Amino acid sequence: MTKLSLRDVVKRFGSNTVCDGISLDVAEGEMVCLIGASGAGKSTLLRCINLLEPIEDGEIFLDGEDISIPGLDPMPVRRRIGMVFQSYNLFPHMTAIENVMLAPRRVYKKSRQELRPEVEALFEKFGLADRMEHYPDQLSGGQQQRVAIVRALAMKPEVMLFDEITAALDPQLVGEVLEVLRLLKDSGMTMMLATHEMGFAREAADKVCFLKDGRIVEEGPPSVLFENPTDPQTREFLARVL
Amino acid sequence: MADQSAAGRTRRQIYEDRLRRRSLIIAGSSTTIVVLAVLFLVPMAPGWEKVQKSFFNWDVFAKTFPGLLEAFMLDVAIFAWCAPLIAILGLLVALARDVRSPALFPLRILGAAYTDIFRGVPVILTVYLIGFGIPGLGLPRPWNSPYIWGSLALILTYSAYVAEIFRSGIESVHQSQRSAAESLGLSESDTIRFVILPQAIRRVIPAQMNMLIALQKDVALLSFIGPVEIFRQAGVYKSLLANFTPYVGAAVIFLAVTIPATRYADYLLAKQNRERS
Ligand SMILES: Nc1ncnc2c1ncn2[C@@H]1O[C@H](COP(=O)(O)OP(=O)(O)O)[C@@H](O)[C@H]1O
Ligand SMILES: [Mg+2]
Repeated sequence: MTKLSLRDVVKRFGSNTVCDGISLDVAEGEMVCLIGASGAGKSTLLRCINLLEPIEDGEIFLDGEDISIPGLDPMPVRRRIGMVFQSYNLFPHMTAIENVMLAPRRVYKKSRQELRPEVEALFEKFGLADRMEHYPDQLSGGQQQRVAIVRALAMKPEVMLFDEITAALDPQLVGEVLEVLRLLKDSGMTMMLATHEMGFAREAADKVCFLKDGRIVEEGPPSVLFENPTDPQTREFLARVL
Repeated sequence: MADQSAAGRTRRQIYEDRLRRRSLIIAGSSTTIVVLAVLFLVPMAPGWEKVQKSFFNWDVFAKTFPGLLEAFMLDVAIFAWCAPLIAILGLLVALARDVRSPALFPLRILGAAYTDIFRGVPVILTVYLIGFGIPGLGLPRPWNSPYIWGSLALILTYSAYVAEIFRSGIESVHQSQRSAAESLGLSESDTIRFVILPQAIRRVIPAQMNMLIALQKDVALLSFIGPVEIFRQAGVYKSLLANFTPYVGAAVIFLAVTIPATRYADYLLAKQNRERS
């Protein structure tokens, strides 16, 4: 079943067309990786899906429902779509657990006591049980990024978007964060991620899209896209990064 | 290892100790020389005798100091009720200037006009215009009190500055914090209240401390419209005793408050800079 569907999405910043007619289907429980050089428009596309940026043209459907209607209240949609950023963006003045509980408390009007058991379970699941009362600057990059993932999951999203979430990490910390992604995929989460981790994309993705200049040049299962790319631009990009 | 002394210090530490000792000695002796020069040279000035008698008269100082201190309590009281109101109004104006909803656009313009006007007029002028002007409307007691309108003048002026400082703090919180909050489905007002403001306020505390220190001094301006606070009390003593020493006494009292406060603000700022680097 199609969970998320993009139809000819166009996004411009001034005269700069950053997404130039992108169409893409993500099935329920699928993991789709966006690859491409920096500036290709991967982050912008993810931000558009989460309605952090309005789109100029095209439609975005979540469960068949158009979420890109101009003027639509974005809040209820954002709750259903979680997003994690390259720079973690934890709230530095709150402990890890306060970071995680803020949105469910305010949006779902739940008390800390109500939330505590499920939030603790999430921390536990991602190996952060002893880090709940720490402030972000007392955590390693990998831990911060895992807290950011927990924070997004606490809203019980149906789709998760990840924007190069390992790009700012020391190489030895990348593994623990990718491990979390695998765990999420196994639990059936629908995921879209922009990534430079080609090894991970090849091994874990159901579908890989190569973006260039705001267009999807080529898409397909990783076995095809990495082993047998048809488009010369894909081949050139892969030759450069692999 | 061979270069370590008995105390277990490295060559480098010994060298740095020597440097530190040397700069201490230099700083100490140059300060002594300057102080001695002032102590010796100033009394040699032709008018010193007269100045000493009219500005640094110990008897007058001792006699007027308790009275000045008592009058200073009025300054403290005016400060104490102005400061929280300034903080609240300043924050509201800062928020008004950042609202995005078009329905509230007039609020934005009002906020901008407000900060422009009250930062553009000298405090003393505002104190005169409001402090004399409004009671001049012939309002009944207690609404003709110069305390109320003088305080209002201070509140309006200082809120304009304080609002701009809050705004700079709000703008210093990185856009990505807003994105993160919005991506979680938090409303605009919750984002500001729980994510942006706590960080913004923390960052501008040292700057706001400096505003408080300036306010503490500017309370004395109210003396021009009536309240017998410390500056006016010093003026009364001056006329009474034909001596300027009470003004020096008033300055001493102000310094006793502002110097520790300034040091504390600087300390907070230094601490914050250390934390951020
Ligand atoms: N807020 C913005 N305002 C203007 N231009 C932007 C903005 N965000 C991104 N861009 C531009 O959009 C293009 C794509 O950026 P981005 O989506 O970050 O690419 P990627 O994530 O693939 O590196 C770049 O040329 C960038 O300069
Ligand atoms: Mg990017």
